[in-house]
Amino acid sequence: MIEIQDLYKYYGERRVVGPLSAKIEKGEIVGLLGLNGAGKTTTLRVLACDLLPTSGTVRVGGFDVVEQPHEVRGKVGYLPDRPPLYDDMTVHEYLGYAARLRRVRPNDVEKRVSDVEGMTELGDVRRQLVGTLSHGFRQRLGIAQAIVHRPDFVVLDEPIGGLDPIQIVEMRGLVRGLRGEHTVVVSSHILHEISETCDRIFVIQNGEILWSGREADLSTQMEQGMRIRVTGRVAGVVEDAARDRLSALLIEVPGVRAVEPRDATESGDGVASVEVVAESDVRDALCRALVAGDTAVLEVSRLRDLETTFRALLEGSSS
Amino acid sequence: MNAVLLIARREFYAYLRSPLGASIIAAALVIDGLWFHLQGMSRPMLSAEVLQEFFNGASGTTMGAAIVLSMRLLAEERQTNTFTLLNTAPVRDVEIVLGKFLSAFSVIAIMTALTLYMPLLILVNGKVSWGQVGVGYLGLLLLGSAAISIGLFASALARSQVIAAVIGAAVLVVMLLLWLVARAVEPPLNTFIARLALHHENFRPFMQGILELRGVVYYLAVTYFFLLAATKTLEARRWR
Repeated sequence: MIEIQDLYKYYGERRVVGPLSAKIEKGEIVGLLGLNGAGKTTTLRVLACDLLPTSGTVRVGGFDVVEQPHEVRGKVGYLPDRPPLYDDMTVHEYLGYAARLRRVRPNDVEKRVSDVEGMTELGDVRRQLVGTLSHGFRQRLGIAQAIVHRPDFVVLDEPIGGLDPIQIVEMRGLVRGLRGEHTVVVSSHILHEISETCDRIFVIQNGEILWSGREADLSTQMEQGMRIRVTGRVAGVVEDAARDRLSALLIEVPGVRAVEPRDATESGDGVASVEVVAESDVRDALCRALVAGDTAVLEVSRLRDLETTFRALLEGSSS
Repeated sequence: MNAVLLIARREFYAYLRSPLGASIIAAALVIDGLWFHLQGMSRPMLSAEVLQEFFNGASGTTMGAAIVLSMRLLAEERQTNTFTLLNTAPVRDVEIVLGKFLSAFSVIAIMTALTLYMPLLILVNGKVSWGQVGVGYLGLLLLGSAAISIGLFASALARSQVIAAVIGAAVLVVMLLLWLVARAVEPPLNTFIARLALHHENFRPFMQGILELRGVVYYLAVTYFFLLAATKTLEARRWR
């Protein structure tokens, strides 16, 4: 378990973090979400014992980061925003070095390194110099060094930074794969990324926790309503006429505030899409209205505009 | 493996893999060779005097090489962000400093060993006291160790290698010139200041083949002091 109580960190006169209190349970994947400069990296560095707090108590696995940093470091694996890689070593040598530094028993080093190379799919490049690796492989290697000693706590600072979409999906899988065996704290400024990977979110701004909870709670709390995309087919008419027909049917449904026209999400005769702004989840009522109006229902889906939600949360706090 | 040896081994291989280690050793050997030829072999001298001149020249290249070798030890790690790996591993700051020190000292020791052909050349045409050779080399290693520790301290202070080299060289020059300061100071303080000079009174006996405990203790104390200062600098950085 990670317990943070009234953590403050100052750089000179400038407060970067604090007051910040949080509790992270064993086996959780927790996301720190915030804009650049919100205090995420500083908080993670304190958790990893890379930096000491100005005041407050931080206990990782029962050990205090100020009083027992050596014990804490043995339990934590840390990937900073720029992976700490030696370009002049091969992948295999580097992981062996990282494992030995983290006090893995000499007899276990080879096995641990092989395991982690397999887990992070670095096997094919194990004999390659780190300096010649692509950005994606460097990020993987960064994660590999953070988990090679099987730490109880894994702290990842912006692990998807600079990755392409395919690499992001792979990295997401890698982070999710840590669930259970490790307690993971991951930071990002991308809400979608955090919501895809984490059990719980801490929204941080100006070094303080603005909000914490599950992603679904955040959306419900902030949206105060719901946006629903509806695609239907009206036989024998063109797209514009079909859209008008959908709008006319849906605006009559109780709870619907507005119906906004959208480009059709799929092609076909008489197919049209609209976006419904409703006070609550009225998807079933929308379906019934369409069927009653002799319109084929092709899609009724709730839209999650997470970035808008996040922005609203931050704007709400600053006002 | 012990963390000190682990770090020392990695750094030592880094010197071998990069052109830095070989370049420094090559440059130092060229300068030592030229000095030996110009100062020791261009005029009639006793073998002991030639050897003394050789150690005098080699002391300069040892100090220069030590500063260049040590400037990267911590500053480069901070520049490339690899220091985070050490800083977040269960390794004490003193182990980091000692590991770094050992790696640079190993390179200096190899460099010093490679100059051994010059005293052997004296043996061809003259008479060499092996005691003078041994004490002279001990002096070079002690001086190298003190200079590395000064460079390592500078590397702990600075974020860039160039600034580390400038700070290290500045501290080294100030400590070298203390004998000049001593001349301008009244007794008995002048004796004390002269004893603190990095080369003058402390290295001369080694050049002459005279093993003085005072000199050995001085170089070990300088090494200890700057290694301790480097360790404390690393500890303080965690609070920043």
